[in-house]
Amino acid sequence: MSDDSEAVVRRMSKPPAAVVVRQRGQGELVLRRFLRHKAAVISLVLFVAVVLLAFVGGALWRYDYADITSAASVPPSLEHPFGTDNLGHDTFAQVLRGTQRSIEIALLIAFLAGLLGTLWGAFSGYYRGITDSVMMRFADLVLTLPLLAVAAVLTRATSGSWWFVALVIAALQWAYVSRVVRGVVLSLREKEYVEASRALGATDRWIIFRHLIPNAFGPVIVNVTILVAAAILVETALSFLGLGVQPPDTSLGLLVSEADTAVSTRPWLFYFPGAFIVVIALTINFVGDGLRDAFDPTQRKVRA
Amino acid sequence: MTGRETVLEVENLTVSFPTDDGLVRAVRGVGYELRRGEVLGIVGESGSGKSVTSMAVMGLLPASAKVGGSVRFRGQELIGAPDKAMRAIRGGRIAMVFQDPMTSLNPVHPVGDQIAEAVRAHNDVSASAARERAVELLAMMQIPRPRERARDYPHEFSGGMRQRVVIATAMANDPDVIIADEPTTALDVTVQAQVLRALETARAATGAAMVLITHDLGVVAGTADRVLVMYAGRPVELGGVDDIYYEPRMPYTLGLIGSLPRLDDARRGDRLVPITGSPPSLLEPPRGCPFAPRCPMRQEICETVEPELLTASASGPPPASPSGHLSASASDHLAACHFSADLEGRRPEDVFAPTSVDNAGGAR
Amino acid sequence: MLAYSFRRLLVSIPVIVASTFVVFLLVTLSGDPLANLKGRNPPPSPGVIAVEAQRLHLDEPPLQRYWTWITGVVRGDFGPSVRTNLDIGHEIVTRFGVTVRLIAVAVVLALALAVVVGVLSAVKQYSGIDYGFTFAAFLFLSMPSFWFAVLLKQGGISLNKLVGDQVVYTIGERSVVVEGGAWAQLADTAGHMVLPTISLALISFGAWSRFQRASMLDVLNSDYVLFARAKGLSRRRVVVRHALRTALIPMTTVTALDFASLISGAVIIETVFQWRGLGDFLVTSVDQRDAYAVLAWLLVVAVAVIVFNLIADLLYALLDPRIRYE
Repeated sequence: MSDDSEAVVRRMSKPPAAVVVRQRGQGELVLRRFLRHKAAVISLVLFVAVVLLAFVGGALWRYDYADITSAASVPPSLEHPFGTDNLGHDTFAQVLRGTQRSIEIALLIAFLAGLLGTLWGAFSGYYRGITDSVMMRFADLVLTLPLLAVAAVLTRATSGSWWFVALVIAALQWAYVSRVVRGVVLSLREKEYVEASRALGATDRWIIFRHLIPNAFGPVIVNVTILVAAAILVETALSFLGLGVQPPDTSLGLLVSEADTAVSTRPWLFYFPGAFIVVIALTINFVGDGLRDAFDPTQRKVRA
Repeated sequence: MTGRETVLEVENLTVSFPTDDGLVRAVRGVGYELRRGEVLGIVGESGSGKSVTSMAVMGLLPASAKVGGSVRFRGQELIGAPDKAMRAIRGGRIAMVFQDPMTSLNPVHPVGDQIAEAVRAHNDVSASAARERAVELLAMMQIPRPRERARDYPHEFSGGMRQRVVIATAMANDPDVIIADEPTTALDVTVQAQVLRALETARAATGAAMVLITHDLGVVAGTADRVLVMYAGRPVELGGVDDIYYEPRMPYTLGLIGSLPRLDDARRGDRLVPITGSPPSLLEPPRGCPFAPRCPMRQEICETVEPELLTASASGPPPASPSGHLSASASDHLAACHFSADLEGRRPEDVFAPTSVDNAGGAR
Repeated sequence: MLAYSFRRLLVSIPVIVASTFVVFLLVTLSGDPLANLKGRNPPPSPGVIAVEAQRLHLDEPPLQRYWTWITGVVRGDFGPSVRTNLDIGHEIVTRFGVTVRLIAVAVVLALALAVVVGVLSAVKQYSGIDYGFTFAAFLFLSMPSFWFAVLLKQGGISLNKLVGDQVVYTIGERSVVVEGGAWAQLADTAGHMVLPTISLALISFGAWSRFQRASMLDVLNSDYVLFARAKGLSRRRVVVRHALRTALIPMTTVTALDFASLISGAVIIETVFQWRGLGDFLVTSVDQRDAYAVLAWLLVVAVAVIVFNLIADLLYALLDPRIRYE
């Protein structure tokens, strides 16, 4: 070896310089991507505003939804921003109450359907074989029947207490969530870290709860969000048919059904409740879309 | 070799992609000339820009890509050409073979139809004539029972056969240039030979020049006349295949050759000599030579001044070319390294070290 | 292909049988069929109630009741209705055609619209057209069907007033008396169908167009579309013959999965437009606590959904050669 080469060999023991790119946590990445989705962010703000209006505004408003005032069938005015119905109920108070109900029902459904669906799908996907077959066939069966029809049949059993309506809808929607979670679990269970976990003696339960379910988090959140929007539409439809929330309580769907005949004479009774339903469902759907984009690692969007 | 017409001229090609994190400079000044019948091998790691270069030639980059420089096909400028003009060239005069045969073919149409479609896009022939040609091409590619097989769907073929279908499509219109982008990467080694032979058949039958892009030096050694080594979006060495393999003048090339397992000589049994580290991010290419962080020969100048592609061979100054710029003629050997002269006669293990400390088995 | 169809058919049968169980369980849980009777004012005597209970087989244990019912169904007898003059089977058959008409036309309309919008959105991604269509799609899928239907009804009434003639009908599926021959009959039916089918179609269109857009985007970014472009094919040919052809395939699955919600939609639309179809039948049956009518409805619908899914599966296999040989 010549002197030159020795020097070269000595030099090469220096470690290579690393290029520094800021390491971002998973949560932060998702948040960043979500914030870039303008429609979703605006929708989120709008939705929160509606929720606040319904609960806080509803509590503070001078009229209660059940109050009967002397002004009957009055068009919107300062006193009654959304007008009144033929009995003298203040429509604004009723709409707020209906909104409260719808949101309560939707959140309960999201929780119940999300919980049951996640557990069902995770166990089914993990154990595969006969268990999976049976569990998924059952989920498919649940999905076979039209949601509205089955809900209509079941709610007749009790007189439409709102949480029962929520229970019924959740009892049908969990099947969607379970399919999604099963899909995720099926694709993940073959990964090496699951093998490694098992080799280290982890129980099935541990693997399911610590590895598989957290990874399904993203798709579950997206699906549950969309489910919530769908649930609100189902509940209001049920109430419209007279098979959901019952009087004296009120729901946005119930308000629309009562205004069915009055569309041309007292349009405020029809348009305001309907518009609220649309706004709630629309904002939730946009947020869901934003979440889907945020959780999706295969983003191909390149902005010039 | 001399006197053959130049079919494709790439000059100072640059491609950048705007991303959320900034501008990614994928290709930073590539130039080469391709003569009729020649095979140019483009070698480099993933991310070196070799595929992007070819996509730029074909005009297949996404709309957001910013392309600069010039690509001339028989004198016709391709960069910025209207899509109508490009469509005549794509598949007709310049054809491309992609990397993954499993996804290159449309799963819902029979393969014969897909080849015939390429024929009819550039020739005014009847459907049955096009189908005949498809069968003919499949036969040339050694697909058994070509007439029946032409009616089969892609999923009924193996990976190697699918790639041969793709090559058949590429040669269908007697193109002047065939660009093969990593044609064997997604395939087993045993199938690689089949595909390379198919490419050779295609070249012989059409007389086309070929650009063979790969990261596998072994594939290039047997096929190419000239080799272009790319790193971090730039060419770092260009020369005849023998020059590159036996007289590399850029440490990266030397490292690549050293990291190849060799079956043929006395060094069998010694440890491989890899290049440590990884390629730089193309977001903010560092000043100076992009290979410097991994280069055992680096010095201060390497970190501040990016080396130009200059003649490296001891075979004298480059012949003056008509256009005045430095063009790579058949005998040229260019390298981008401040110390390329130092590399004369060096072997990979002289410059790079094996990764582990213990040298039992052949310390020098 | 034939073997595949046969296998799928075979699998469907146990599913149908299982759904009869589920449906029966559902209705049994849905409360007392005699509640309406008992709640009358003045309340009927225990004797009357007992007779009615016996007529409805409510004195039998559940399993026996199931058996009585299912064996009756196989013979074409759907059981006794609370509304004593009602022949459930006959009623369902008559109303079936009405609802099928509504759903079939709505599906075709929604599909056509969704494909056009989805493809245009995908091909012109991020353009003004894309954003416009996206907003429209989201709006329609967030719209409560009943509210939208009433809106359209109002619009129809206003249109008729504007034109001065009854162009579109807002009540019922056909007029009581139609003068003239077959052509007049057809025009009358069409006039009645306009608003309801548009309502039903636009609700489904929202979700489907989003799906088509996503599917199309996926395909447009695929390797084989790139290869098609590399062959020098015209843009139109690449989009239609390569991209669209493959992007349409998942739509069959989506349509099949959504079939159940289409039926739910039909229930609402029929109620709003006062059509005497299956949807309306369900609402009155549930309202009246007519257990056997509801049972019959659920069973018919379950079978319809399963059959529809089967057809969609077969269509999928027809469109995608890769599936046929599994």
